[in-house]
Amino acid sequence: MGVFDPIIELSKGLGETLRSFLVEKTVTVQYPEEKRPVHPRFRGRHVLKRYENGLEKCIGCSLCAAACPADAIFVEASENTDEKRFSPGERYASTYEINMLRCIYCGFCEDACPTEAIVLGDNYELSFYDRREAIYGKEMLLEPVPSEQMLTPRKVEAGVYTRSVPEMKDPTD
Amino acid sequence: MDWTIWLEWILKGLVLCLILLTGFAYLTLYERRALARIQVRVGPNRAGPQGLLQPIADAVKLIFKEELTPGKVYKTVFFLAPVLTVVPSLIIAAVVPLGSSFTLFGREITLYVADLNVGVLYLTSIASIAVYGIVLAGWSSNNKYAMLGGIRSSAQMISYELSLGLCFVIAILLGDSMNLNEIVAAQEEVWFVLVQPAGALVFLIVTLAEVNRAPFDMPEAEQELTAGYHSEYSGMKFALFFMAEYQKMIVISMIAATLFFGGYREFWFLKDTFFSVDAVWKIGSFQTQAWFLGPIYLLLKVVVLLFFMIWIRATWPRIRYDRLMAFGWKVLLPLSLVLAFITATGILLAQELNNPMIYSIGIPVVSSLVALLTVVLIYRELRRKSHGRF
Repeated sequence: MGVFDPIIELSKGLGETLRSFLVEKTVTVQYPEEKRPVHPRFRGRHVLKRYENGLEKCIGCSLCAAACPADAIFVEASENTDEKRFSPGERYASTYEINMLRCIYCGFCEDACPTEAIVLGDNYELSFYDRREAIYGKEMLLEPVPSEQMLTPRKVEAGVYTRSVPEMKDPTD
Repeated sequence: MDWTIWLEWILKGLVLCLILLTGFAYLTLYERRALARIQVRVGPNRAGPQGLLQPIADAVKLIFKEELTPGKVYKTVFFLAPVLTVVPSLIIAAVVPLGSSFTLFGREITLYVADLNVGVLYLTSIASIAVYGIVLAGWSSNNKYAMLGGIRSSAQMISYELSLGLCFVIAILLGDSMNLNEIVAAQEEVWFVLVQPAGALVFLIVTLAEVNRAPFDMPEAEQELTAGYHSEYSGMKFALFFMAEYQKMIVISMIAATLFFGGYREFWFLKDTFFSVDAVWKIGSFQTQAWFLGPIYLLLKVVVLLFFMIWIRATWPRIRYDRLMAFGWKVLLPLSLVLAFITATGILLAQELNNPMIYSIGIPVVSSLVALLTVVLIYRELRRKSHGRF
């Protein structure tokens, strides 16, 4: 240790801050304009999926509501007819509500779903002005139809969509 | 007395106040941006282009904020303390020359509010009044933390004022006058920082302590005293303390620039060039003296000095309180005393022996050696205290 070591150390500190002032690039993300992509397995706001033909995957079985540890999900099922078909099989969810203030984004609903209808998406911008707005209805959760002709409910041929749970090629997936 | 003189004084005073107030507003932005940049952040950049309207947003917020007056405060003093802190920080700038002079409507207008022949004395006296505001704020708040902050502040500022005064003495000796205009004029050939580098360094350290900036921000050490003397203040009363602190920073940088860095004058090597304050600019048939360069040069110097303050705040941790006092009394006071002595002796010897080399070489070399010796002595003292553990 030399006599001037304390002075040298102090100057080193000054040099370090000056270096970061002049050289280093800021790490700030200018959030609303610039968004960082989320992780592949990120659990954000729920999305209710559709099949490629536009029918809703959700069959209103309420397994997600049963699995939900926070009791955030409310499902009410109604009967499908071939005249007014929402989803394959007997029933569809006429009401599907998630209280985003109760939801803990654990993903159990995703695991419980037999048709892979509910998926936690990548949207994390959830903000509301009052608590009533925090209850997201089906129209907010349902993903848009792939094309104009595939709207639900729609009239379909009788006897085609009889099975509510699709046959999955790889059940472990 | 002519009424136009009154008008000139009032206008100049108003302009100076406006300069300091906008300076304060933009210093907060400057500090936040520079500090952010050092910490690899961006800082406020949303309000207006590059965040230039941020100070206005802050001001609006502070004005509309609810002001709380705790139940057991000493009301009169509690209300008076912020005012007592702000006013000195504004009026202290009156004697600082911002530039030379220009002619308007056939009369010469000087770029300072008051041409005081004891300007430096005025600075020291006003600087000490600022302590009252802080102490009274701490005491009248009826809060232990505020009280401790106020006590710390008074002790610290009184201790460091001695060294500050001695640094003023150095500048007075070198400038051969207490008038700040004459001190600036004396730096036409060479800045006093080159004649007395150690003195300028001590001055800069002491100014940090005087304006309660890091690493000497004892009175408002957040980790120990919540916010120190202004713990109980909110809204605009808090803003006044904040304002006083930042205005003091600006003013003390202006004083440092005036006393040691040539004031509003150009760099000494630009003396006879186009960029000199005395140069005459000709644009076609229009001819003017380049007086407007004075404020620009002063602004540049102030911005650089302020950057040093911000830079130091971003780098060094706060010094322990007993060490702060020990540093002030046992190191800076003797050192500045010795430096004043060296300066005086050097000037006298240069006169008596008729040898300007003593002035231009002798004083800087001897005072730098004394400063280095001080570093060695501090090191040995610290080593002795720690029984050779470092």
